[in-house]
Amino acid sequence: MARQVKTRNKVIVTIAAWAVGIAIFFPILWTVITSFKSEADAIADPPVFLFFNWTLENYVTVQERSDYFNHFMNSVVISVGSTLIGLLIAVPAAWAMAFVPGKRTKDLLMWMLSTKMLPPVGVLVPLYLIFRDIGLLDTRIGLVIVLTLINLPIIIWMLYTYFREIPGEILEAARMDGATLKAEILYVLTPMAVPGIASTLLLNIILAWNEAFWTLNLTAANAAPLTAFIASYSSPEGLFYAKLSAASTMAIAPILIMGWFSQKQLVRGLTFGAVK
Amino acid sequence: MKTIYRALLGACALSALSTAAFAETTITVATVNNGDMIRMQGLMADFNQKHPDIKVQWVTLEENVLRQRVTQDIATKGGQFDVMTIGTYEVPIWAKRGWLADLNDLPASYDANDILPAIRNGLTTEGKLYAAPFYGESSMVMYRTDLMKAAGLDMPAAPTWDFIKQAAEKMTDKSKEQYGICLRGKAGWGENMAFLTAMSNSYGARWFDEKWKPQFDGAAWKQTLTDYLDLMNKYGPPGASANGFNENLALFQSGKCGMWIDATVAASFVTNPKDSKVADKVGFALAPDKGLGKRGNWLWAWNLGIPAGTKKVEAAKTFVEWATSKEYLALVASKEGWANVPPGTRTSLYENPEYAKVPFAKMTLDSINAADPTHPTVDPVPYVGVQFVAIPEFQGLGTAVGQQFSAALAGQITAEKALENAQALTVREMTKAGYIK
Repeated sequence: MARQVKTRNKVIVTIAAWAVGIAIFFPILWTVITSFKSEADAIADPPVFLFFNWTLENYVTVQERSDYFNHFMNSVVISVGSTLIGLLIAVPAAWAMAFVPGKRTKDLLMWMLSTKMLPPVGVLVPLYLIFRDIGLLDTRIGLVIVLTLINLPIIIWMLYTYFREIPGEILEAARMDGATLKAEILYVLTPMAVPGIASTLLLNIILAWNEAFWTLNLTAANAAPLTAFIASYSSPEGLFYAKLSAASTMAIAPILIMGWFSQKQLVRGLTFGAVK
Repeated sequence: MKTIYRALLGACALSALSTAAFAETTITVATVNNGDMIRMQGLMADFNQKHPDIKVQWVTLEENVLRQRVTQDIATKGGQFDVMTIGTYEVPIWAKRGWLADLNDLPASYDANDILPAIRNGLTTEGKLYAAPFYGESSMVMYRTDLMKAAGLDMPAAPTWDFIKQAAEKMTDKSKEQYGICLRGKAGWGENMAFLTAMSNSYGARWFDEKWKPQFDGAAWKQTLTDYLDLMNKYGPPGASANGFNENLALFQSGKCGMWIDATVAASFVTNPKDSKVADKVGFALAPDKGLGKRGNWLWAWNLGIPAGTKKVEAAKTFVEWATSKEYLALVASKEGWANVPPGTRTSLYENPEYAKVPFAKMTLDSINAADPTHPTVDPVPYVGVQFVAIPEFQGLGTAVGQQFSAALAGQITAEKALENAQALTVREMTKAGYIK
């Protein structure tokens, strides 16, 4: 009897998990399906799900109209660049906060997080003027700097949480064996924190890849990443859902593929220290 | 030795000259994503051939994003764009602030006098042209000829609001998801307020009196809003408070609307058999009136303007001249047919017998000519603009009032309450901005 209840619970939990998973994934699936429809099918009422004339026309149009590769390369440089620079700053910062905390470490962490509470538009004009004056408007380096600073609090917080799970005694032992600070961070701490660092890296690449406010506002023709590529397919007059879906699918495909291949590291990192 | 020096000197001079000759100026054009603009990007080979020394970079953005980006850039002198696609709302405001380079020195061959007077007036400030129209539009009635016939009615070329109401009633059959009329309901100064402001003009209403006092507490606005809500609640589609141009286009193309009053540019979409199920059953008429001398149609144009601060003003002017010339219209006609020529900008286009064969050409011209942005209302007003008020505060005001009217359409508040709120918020903002002393 007890076994039967267990099986029933398992089935319910499995169905619930699948339902939640499908609900979360459905908008992406719908976008991908819509990208293969004609504009007329894309707005059909009632909506058509699978039985329509599948077409690659939207992808052809998008390829003809936009320089996808240029936008893609901008996205890669901006997201990878900002994440790597962020990690370079965040690893030593998180080490200091986790293993050599001061009186105000907690306050400092909260203060860093508080910068995320300000609506970005509040600093748009000052930042735009600064970028204009130092010639960073519509440059990759300008966006790398902005996205590094925006994501730095999250990177430091994530690494701090992971580092706190690592026993300080191991680092102490390394120190007693004569390890320098650099050796301690590079050869002792980092290998133990690889899952955490990997998931932080992946998550921040995803965040930077999807960032749309700054990437739209600080770029024009040269440094515009895939977010600007998507935005160019929305139209005030005329049907555009199918073409917009094709552009969206092309923009999210690289990050979806990356997420698929690295899901093991992502899950491992995100659940690191969750169970004690 | 002397000869060698001479040869070297000559080579250097030649090289410098050739570098100068092939020096390329790159200009960045910010534009909106619509069919005519995208078509132009596809025809750039012609420009490149005529002007190999100018390279054009495109930044295509969604309308609201474009508006925010170009405003931010021109106000801060960011210098990101050399040519900007702007509406008739922005041109007079920006021109007064000295943000735009004037286009009065375009060559005689450009023939600026050929631009339709209604459009040209909206782009001219103190006698100077500050932007060149790329395409112009008004609004008109698009209706289903088969449903009108089945209802036993004949659409007049210039209908009244009473006729529209009568026709909407007869064409509605909600059991078949067939709605007599589809109108904009989505909140926004360029959404429901474009339609309602134009409609209110024909009812004798106005946003402000000559002393900038808001007029939403008057009888004309009450009649406008009551009739609009009555039409939409009885004969409109469900969920209309979320419908803008594209939603209504989808409804009309799928055969669910008997009538649709919206931008003239929609004519080319609803008559395109590729996307429209009712392509061969569409008729056109002027926007309705109430017998007061003004019709409920608007006037809009997407224009190319040059920021006053750009360092590439000559190259930018060369591009604007090409993109808005008679020759460009002929180029589009030769490559894509007359129906795809950007409408509503030049008198000569409407005098062309080939273009006259396009089914919606005459109605578009008549609609544009029926709108007067300098005298938009029955009673005098201190502002310019048919479906907007050309003051910087209007974007915020128009959207805030639009939210009230959209809430009334959704049944969240009454028409009286919506008007009361509109009056209160407009008085507050206009006082704060210094218009009301």
